[in-house]
Amino acid sequence: MDALTLARLQFGITTVYHFFFVPLSLGLSIIVAVMQTIYVTRGDEKYKQMAKFWGKLLLINFAMGVVTGIVQEFQFGMNWSEYSRFVGDIFGAPLAVEALVAFFIESTFLGVWLFGWDKLSKRVHLAAIWLVALAANVSAFWILVANSFMQNPVGYTIADSGRAEMVDFFELLRNPNVWLQFPHVALGGLTTGAFFVLGISAFHLLRGKASNLDAFRASARMSLIIGTVAVLLTMGFGHAQGQRMADTQPMKLAAAEGLWDSEDPAGLSMFQIGNEADRTSIVNIRIPSLLSFLSYNTPDGLVHGINNLQAEYVQQYGPGNYIPPAIWLTYWSFRAMVGAGGLMFVLGLLGLYYISRNRLGNGKPKWLLRLLILAILLPYLANSTGWMLTEVGRQPWIVQGLMTVDQAVSPNVTPEMLLISLIGFTIIYGLLMIADIYLLQKYARQDIDGSGNLIPWFGPDEPESGKKNARYEGAY
Amino acid sequence: MDLQTLWFILIAVLFTGFLFLEGFDYGVGILLPFVAKTDDERRVVINSIGPVWDGNEVWLLTAGGAMFAAFPNWYATLFSGFYLALFLILIALIVRGVAFEFRSKDNHPRWRSLWDGAIFIGSLVPALLWGVAFGNILRGVAIDESMTYVGSFFDLLNPYALVGGLVTLSLFILHGALFLELKVDGVIRDRVKTIARRFWLPVTLLAVVFVVLSLFETDIRDNFNVANVAGLVIAVTALLWTGYSIFQARYGRAFFGTGLTVVGVVALIFGTLFPRVMPSTLGFDLTIYNASSSEYTLQVMTVIALTVVPIVLAYQAWTYWVFRKRLTMQSKLEY
Repeated sequence: MDALTLARLQFGITTVYHFFFVPLSLGLSIIVAVMQTIYVTRGDEKYKQMAKFWGKLLLINFAMGVVTGIVQEFQFGMNWSEYSRFVGDIFGAPLAVEALVAFFIESTFLGVWLFGWDKLSKRVHLAAIWLVALAANVSAFWILVANSFMQNPVGYTIADSGRAEMVDFFELLRNPNVWLQFPHVALGGLTTGAFFVLGISAFHLLRGKASNLDAFRASARMSLIIGTVAVLLTMGFGHAQGQRMADTQPMKLAAAEGLWDSEDPAGLSMFQIGNEADRTSIVNIRIPSLLSFLSYNTPDGLVHGINNLQAEYVQQYGPGNYIPPAIWLTYWSFRAMVGAGGLMFVLGLLGLYYISRNRLGNGKPKWLLRLLILAILLPYLANSTGWMLTEVGRQPWIVQGLMTVDQAVSPNVTPEMLLISLIGFTIIYGLLMIADIYLLQKYARQDIDGSGNLIPWFGPDEPESGKKNARYEGAY
Repeated sequence: MDLQTLWFILIAVLFTGFLFLEGFDYGVGILLPFVAKTDDERRVVINSIGPVWDGNEVWLLTAGGAMFAAFPNWYATLFSGFYLALFLILIALIVRGVAFEFRSKDNHPRWRSLWDGAIFIGSLVPALLWGVAFGNILRGVAIDESMTYVGSFFDLLNPYALVGGLVTLSLFILHGALFLELKVDGVIRDRVKTIARRFWLPVTLLAVVFVVLSLFETDIRDNFNVANVAGLVIAVTALLWTGYSIFQARYGRAFFGTGLTVVGVVALIFGTLFPRVMPSTLGFDLTIYNASSSEYTLQVMTVIALTVVPIVLAYQAWTYWVFRKRLTMQSKLEY
């Protein structure tokens, strides 16, 4: 393989891997902070147990997010030095600001929170977890300011040297892309945190063996409310992003929809098997006019197709291939993301229905609790496929309309060096994933009383009251 | 003073913060298998840096981010040029960071010894390689007219740079031992005292060798200025002060001494480089001017950095105050 392919593969692997951990840290830190706030304001020990229980899982996850983030910061210079020279002015600034205003707070106060339970007053200690949660999300904001420049470059000029130079810092912050992308990512993080808490709570409610099932019921209720609202809002911001994409990145939209030729009105493809070599579809099941409607809120409207855009870009940028590679990946990533989001929303509504009638818990309803455990995977699927859509769909550009990926790669880094680092990172990441999952499942199964007793995965369930089908009254 | 000079100084300050703070927690990580024999002792040693190591590491990330923002060409040349060295540092930092959080989460002896090993290796490798990297920057590397490093990985393993690596490694071990002396008690404290007494002389000898070699391997003789002369004087005085204090059993002062040595060494390196950021052996030096961002970016970043860095220093100092108490085997070992 050539250096470019290896560098792209490495970026893909390290980024998806990094973003396996980030959303949970973003969302779970807020949820833990809310729990601890309830403990501090009401003095309810149950919420202290909850904050400690979920906090342990947060810490295991946080460490992975932090260390894989270091790789992200370094690899722009290591693998993409020409890109770094070209956009350093603009792209480096938000990364530096992120470290200064967010990452310092996050890392410093996480340590304070972890070791400070008995050393600080309750309120100062509470402030520490809120600082961690807020700084983590502020951190995401700055990273997305940088990423938004790659999707929709603003506030720059191309200097005589050929480099992009910043002319207006505030225009970077006002980039319309970031104000849709950031809420989408932050709410996606909250969704991830909520469904994580929900799934593990469902496990304990199903097994019925923990010493304090009230704490898990309260966790389930809190996460159901947060998760359902968050996933709905995430989808709303995602939809708005799609509409902007029709305007600023029509090729990405066309790839995501598998739309080969321009149409007005355009139908929405539900299932397609395409032929990428001939740029046609073999099987395509569509709903008429729906894509136009989703793009423009009217039943008709021109949606540009891949072939038409390619011809247009050749006119605009000169000869070349402006079609993203592996259209199927962008197309199915989009569908997986939307599908996972819709499924989470339905599960959230079901859960809310049962819990509002005091019928969730007590080992019942079994089918729903089991589904909720499995649903832990859904936000991970949506998060990963969402980024694949965003980044693969932008190809061949690294900065939309300004620089392509093949111009961006380091000229002096050989395929051998890339192969060494790719294999190295993959092995280490693989091993750490095993260790991480081992610890997460272990701490997720622990009893909430801090005794360290493990609830077994399988075996007879024990509804806590013995009265099967009994409604649970007054537990909240 | 122009903004390029200001940012050159600021990046030197960020590296000073990083090497001072992370320096002792690398040292603690390296000393872990030697000063702590039982599991509880190891927990005490790790807890001495437990609340702060992550915040310390952010100094490196900030220095990297600041380099990217203020001197994109420096960042691009250095990171793509020192590729495999940085890859090794990254792997080390990954396993080390995870190890701090993971080791206590299971009590199987093999699980623990695995992560203790990761902490040791993950501290040793960067402690050595940062010195090698700075040694190479100071000595100059093969950079062509397109600002691209055209040497190989093995060119970076020259004797001069390796001596530089041994200087940082041994200095961090001493720095870490003195930090531990201030933070722990009992048998561990006795062990680190012995280590501090034994390590002072090798550190000093290596530093002398490095300075003497620098006269021949770098162009420092043509570049004496206020900053590097002051840095040299500070480093030498601080190291002697450290030795004196160790033998007087005044360990607080000695720790201050190794910290000041770090400050002096950074001033020596950056002062010698100035106004270059990476001298080239092929005649295409990267300087603070041809590597820098636009004036506008530097202005924006200056406002942000000068506002935020003092605040960071204030709250990080506060955390050291919160966790100032000496750890003993009787301390509640929270993790």
